[in-house]
Amino acid sequence: MASKTKAAAAGGETLTYNQGTFRNSALVRQQTLAAYLFLLPALIFFVLFVVVPMVMCLVTSFLDYRMGKPLTFVGFAQYIKMFQDPIFIKALQNTFILVIVAVPAVTAFSLWVGSVVYKMSSFKRSFYRCVFYLPVVTGTVAVAVVWKWMFNKYTGLINYVLNAVGVINENISWLGDARFALGCITLILFTTSIGQPIVLYIAALGNVDPSLIDAAEVDGASNLQVFWHIKWPQIMPTTLYILVITTINTFQCYALIQLLTSGGPNHATDTIMYYIYYQAFKLNDYGYGNAMGVVLAIIIAVLSAIQFKFAGSSD
Amino acid sequence: MESSVKSKALTPGKVLTNIILVLLAVFFIFPLYWIVTGSFKDRIAVNASPPVWFPTEPTLDNYIRLFDNPALRWLGNTVFMAVAAMALTCITAAMAGYVLAKKRFPGRKLIFSIMICAMALPKQVILIPLLKEMSFLGLHDTLWAVIFPTVGWPFGIFLMKQFSETIPGEMIEAARIDGAGEVRTFTDVVLPMVTPGIGALAIFTFINSWNDYFLQLIMLNSSNNLTISLGIAKIQAEMSNDFGLIMAGAALAAIPIIAVFLMFQKYFTQGIAMGAVKG
Repeated sequence: MASKTKAAAAGGETLTYNQGTFRNSALVRQQTLAAYLFLLPALIFFVLFVVVPMVMCLVTSFLDYRMGKPLTFVGFAQYIKMFQDPIFIKALQNTFILVIVAVPAVTAFSLWVGSVVYKMSSFKRSFYRCVFYLPVVTGTVAVAVVWKWMFNKYTGLINYVLNAVGVINENISWLGDARFALGCITLILFTTSIGQPIVLYIAALGNVDPSLIDAAEVDGASNLQVFWHIKWPQIMPTTLYILVITTINTFQCYALIQLLTSGGPNHATDTIMYYIYYQAFKLNDYGYGNAMGVVLAIIIAVLSAIQFKFAGSSD
Repeated sequence: MESSVKSKALTPGKVLTNIILVLLAVFFIFPLYWIVTGSFKDRIAVNASPPVWFPTEPTLDNYIRLFDNPALRWLGNTVFMAVAAMALTCITAAMAGYVLAKKRFPGRKLIFSIMICAMALPKQVILIPLLKEMSFLGLHDTLWAVIFPTVGWPFGIFLMKQFSETIPGEMIEAARIDGAGEVRTFTDVVLPMVTPGIGALAIFTFINSWNDYFLQLIMLNSSNNLTISLGIAKIQAEMSNDFGLIMAGAALAAIPIIAVFLMFQKYFTQGIAMGAVKG
């Protein structure tokens, strides 16, 4: 069977090479048509529900687009307004705090778990992979409501436990206190963010060529040296990918905020994404919301580019 | 890989690592435990201090009250939405991924580059214009408004392209020599070879669609059209201190999807790893 296929393939190749230009171009045209027919269903969905809204987002960011008002072109006015809007600045700060805390924490922690777990037996490896993926699968809403209960001032488990071990001596309204709310959200975000990076790291570390590690160990390299000089360079693409996706996901943090604090108390937990939807759906100012969306997209694009550049130069 | 794993003696460091790992595992499983046990607690047990670690007198009261809401309808909506999104994504992405990987035609590079760029952008940013578009198309507040954008997201195409790259070109060529048309080549040669990819994409799309709360929130409002996630959020907003009821809802939302995940987790983890940038 295999040899027959091979022979046929070889025949096929000579056949293609021997064809005249005319028949070749006819073949190309037919191939192109076939390719586009196969692409068509996916392209329809992609263009209609991804590309069109992206273009609309950009276009309406230059329009005064509010419910019940005529559309007018306002140029960059909404972009300028944004940076004079103290709540937007606050939301920007909060988002950056989330990113600066969560992204390195998620990456470092998942690398640690990945490097401990990937050497284990396949049963244990599956077990830990599932456990750390659990909060992702459970879903934002279920995760948010159970944490909201655990953080509750009166019936929450966390106040009880911290009281019992003597860390605090009166109940704290974790999500209602501006000093703690963002920290609590960061913690929950962390638990829902590390599942995918751990899966990726386990796969990547499993793919590191074992003969290289063996050779280094024979040469007397310490565990740390093996890690830095052999494993780390080989898992660099994975690290990069994890940094990028975690950054993108953290920047888009919305659901947890909406479910846990609604941006409160007093905008202490507003993120850009939350403020965009507050402007668009509470205040019906779509143009302003879209302008902030464009800025968010630019920030993410720039950060991703920097991460790629940084990782590229370290090779 | 296994050969490099040497059985070394237990060092204090190793023991400590294992203890930390087990504690972390408990920490990650605990919220789910608290949802499930909480859903069987009566009002007194839910609000008790010290907390009731395990409901000794389990009650079904929370579930009975949960089904006073159209919770089964919400669950049905969610299943329909996730299955439709999964099926459409798999079909369109398998076809597109195959030609992007295996055919040379004008525009191929451009189309693929646009898809990659779109994937790097925050997809939630487009939800406002998407809502306007759905209203314009008359799809707002229908499940299709959630299904179509999920299908449009190019990750699936990207994943299926990765899997299709592994098909030997000779096999496709051989099928053509044997007189198979484009469709036959695709169904008889390509599809069997990318089945693991389709499995990964199917489970990935199913879980993501089930849990895409934000998209559902923007697109659906009437009580009969809600998904289970939205339903729980609604109950939570209306009765924020009825934790037993809320946990019953959370259990109803989480348990089916966790079961699906555990059944197909092999495909799922494989898909995540394949989707990552390689090399």
